[in-house]
Amino acid sequence: MRVRLVLAAVLVSAMAVAAGCGSSSSSGNGGSGSNGSSGPSLPQSIGPLEGSLNLIAWQGYTEDNVVKPFEKQTGCQVNVKYGQTSDEMYKLMQSGNYDGVSASGDASNRLIASGLVSAINTNLISDFGDISPQLQSPPHNTINGVHYGVSYQWGANILMYNKTVVSPAPDSWGVIFDGTSYKGKVDAYDSPIYIADAALYLKSAQPDLKITDPYELTQPQFDAAVNLLKKQHQQIGNYWSSFTAQIQDFTQGSIVIGPTWPYQLNTLKAAKVPVEAVLPKEGATGWADTWMEYSKAAHPNCMLKWMDYATTPEVQAKTAYTFGSAPANPKACAILDKQVKNYCADYHVTDPNYFDHISFWKTPLSECGDSRGNTCVPYTEWFQAWTDIKNS
Amino acid sequence: MSTPTASAPFGARRRLSAFFYRHRWLKLLALLIPPLSWIVVVYLAALVVLLATAFWQQDELSGQIIHTFTWDNVRTVKDDPTLHAVTRQTVQMAVLVTITDILLAFPLAYYMARVASRGVRALLFVGVLMPLWSSYLIKAYTWRLMTGDAGTINWALAKIGLGPLHIAFTTTAMWLAFTYIWLPYMVLPIYAALERIPGSLIEASSDLGGRSWRTLRSVIMPLALPGIAAGSIFTFSLTLGDYIMVDLVGGNKTDFLGSVIFRYQGIANDLPLAAAIALVPVIVITIYLLLVRQLGAFEAL
Amino acid sequence: MEPRPVRIGLRIFSLGVMAFLYIPLAVIVMASFNASRIPTWPIKDYTLHWWSLAMHDQHARTALENSFKVGLAATAVALVLGSAAAFALSRFRFFGKNSLSLLLVLPIALPGIVTGLSLLSAIEYLSLTPSLVTVAIGHSTFCIVVVFNNAVARLRRSSSSFEEASMDLGADGWQTFRFITLPNLATALVAGGLLAFALSFDEIVVTNFTAGAQQTLPLWIYNQFRLPNTAQEVNAVAVFVIALTAVPVYLAQRLMRESGGIGGRG
Repeated sequence: MRVRLVLAAVLVSAMAVAAGCGSSSSSGNGGSGSNGSSGPSLPQSIGPLEGSLNLIAWQGYTEDNVVKPFEKQTGCQVNVKYGQTSDEMYKLMQSGNYDGVSASGDASNRLIASGLVSAINTNLISDFGDISPQLQSPPHNTINGVHYGVSYQWGANILMYNKTVVSPAPDSWGVIFDGTSYKGKVDAYDSPIYIADAALYLKSAQPDLKITDPYELTQPQFDAAVNLLKKQHQQIGNYWSSFTAQIQDFTQGSIVIGPTWPYQLNTLKAAKVPVEAVLPKEGATGWADTWMEYSKAAHPNCMLKWMDYATTPEVQAKTAYTFGSAPANPKACAILDKQVKNYCADYHVTDPNYFDHISFWKTPLSECGDSRGNTCVPYTEWFQAWTDIKNS
Repeated sequence: MSTPTASAPFGARRRLSAFFYRHRWLKLLALLIPPLSWIVVVYLAALVVLLATAFWQQDELSGQIIHTFTWDNVRTVKDDPTLHAVTRQTVQMAVLVTITDILLAFPLAYYMARVASRGVRALLFVGVLMPLWSSYLIKAYTWRLMTGDAGTINWALAKIGLGPLHIAFTTTAMWLAFTYIWLPYMVLPIYAALERIPGSLIEASSDLGGRSWRTLRSVIMPLALPGIAAGSIFTFSLTLGDYIMVDLVGGNKTDFLGSVIFRYQGIANDLPLAAAIALVPVIVITIYLLLVRQLGAFEAL
Repeated sequence: MEPRPVRIGLRIFSLGVMAFLYIPLAVIVMASFNASRIPTWPIKDYTLHWWSLAMHDQHARTALENSFKVGLAATAVALVLGSAAAFALSRFRFFGKNSLSLLLVLPIALPGIVTGLSLLSAIEYLSLTPSLVTVAIGHSTFCIVVVFNNAVARLRRSSSSFEEASMDLGADGWQTFRFITLPNLATALVAGGLLAFALSFDEIVVTNFTAGAQQTLPLWIYNQFRLPNTAQEVNAVAVFVIALTAVPVYLAQRLMRESGGIGGRG
């Protein structure tokens, strides 16, 4: 099935921006405030606050314990519209009614490419230097050294299984992609971006496909991933999109194996459900969210102040705890570990090698970002393939 | 009761009412224009524009809708095998749920209207009405809990030495949940239709030697049919347009028409194609409405 | 009168259907006391935690208030427009009368997503800011038919001869309406209004398309499910709402029964 692409616009213009944007994210570039000498001129200070701030956020990112102190400190009254999906957030940003958004990697590149978000002078973010190096300038929010936002929270999509049912303990994604032992009791993440998980597996399982980056797939590579998912569809019990639902499914035994986030794992373990999780040998995909400012924001100074505030250890810790995520600023660990034993160790916040195994979500563009040029499958086609997969 | 004195407002009112009495068509207009214009302005205009969008194009670069006629979107919908499968899945479920609800609701409504004592009837009436007040979403989530492999249903089955069944995320689970959620919408109109049948009519039938079965078939059913048809408008169309249950109870494994429309509009931002897909339920429902109108459904909603 | 075995059979069957309707509600009530943060069955430990959370949740309270506001506004509009349409259709004959009833049914018969999408396009076209007002406008559209149907059924059953007699006896149009038509119609309007309010109160699809930043209760619930630590609070809120509405629903039913003599069972 075809989607005609409104996004095509975005993707065409994206090529210009994305040219030169390499695929390797793990090394980072230190991110020491390269505030884009080549980019647009950026504000050098935060101007008078406007008294109001309209945000689009994931539910859990703007709880009262975070918002109320901010309102008190700055006088910026915060209004929040919750986004249900990355795609909805993108659409809400197009409406022009909001100052900023907590964008995931599968939305952030689109937002940058379509000029909906503005470059940020990271010198105005006091704790920017404390953010994990890999998240200071990741490819999903930093293009050519220009920062389009500050990282907030992240998580990895690891493989969780029920110990009493799944045996032997898996060490590869193959058990849910190629296996048939748990038919009807396997789950998968319900989003086109999940195609990248299949691609990541194929990268190791079928080296002859020569997959280099699970978000930069040529047509044959993409087709192989889609076919794998169509085959997997026969095994699937549930495609989950809310983590509360997944927690319920594992508790009830309706699902025994599938990709998850550390939060579900820890909650289930705390509830004495016999689950365990691994970072499979192929590595894993992951999500990382970025606060981004609308390019024509009505309240830009309140938004900058918000990004500054959101990076502080206290706020990072509060949100990580509520949302069940890893904070982008490891300084939050001092607070988190006091609240929950081993929080940061469980979420691998302080393990620099962990990032090497995670391919963070980013928007697939037709420009591959390497010598292959303009031959990759763009997100719009990922989208239509997803409908076909689910009804195959 | 106020006495008809010649107070000024009263006189004016009287003249006004006399005026309306003489010009009945004016009264008709006064009654008709507000609801009609509301429906036409707020709803129909918006609906027509939406459906017209199905025949428009979208600029690939700007995403703006261009008002140039095209069959492309409709052709896509017509020729796409995935959408055919989705339509089939959705209509099948809507029919199945409607039939199940009729089978469950008719005897209950009959009992309420014709057998139960006044007190019991009142209790049952409130009893059927109350579930409408508990959130649809929470009921849907509860069905997810109940149909889980270690859920309420398997727990209860185990107590009587049966099971376990694997109904989590199956069509069966969705069928149970849909049937449950829309059931009150079927009971109420059937009850209303049955309650209206004069008892004398049924007595006459049995006096004339009609057996219970015959009375049911020849006297009660024809009179109850509008109620059944009215209830089925709710169960059929509410199921046909749903997309939340597919997610919460059905495991999101297959799409319903609603889910596809939702994705293409809200996520792909392709309004013309979403509108073209929306034509499918609009056509299905319109045919259905014309059919049930023949059965007198609109008099019994 | 039905034969005795038939009546007993009907009673047992009805009992079964009522059990089907109420077992899930019982599960919700019990879940609201489940100490686990995860929905589980059977429940091992009980707690009042979710109840105290719900009672002090300002967001839940605001959402509940918003839902009441929207529901009342939508019901009010539906009562006026629905009964006007019912009068027009039952007391007059005019061209296109049959199509009108089809037109009124359309907003509820078409999938909510189609209605929601249409309204959203209209809101965007008119550059309105989505708010509780737009939600109420959307809700009234599909609530009209519920009031209309209840009113039209009653009007059809009661002949217009009472009204004519009233006019013949010298009452003016208003008096006739106030003392003859309205009392006759009142119970039907209560029934229609109740259903309309219930429809609006629990609506999520159209609401999702027409709402701005303010949440109604279903939107709050939908979002709350995504918060792992407090998701189970929704059960307590749901039970609270059922309890809150039980009394008015029961009273309304009594009211309808007491004045329901006109045109009742013959």
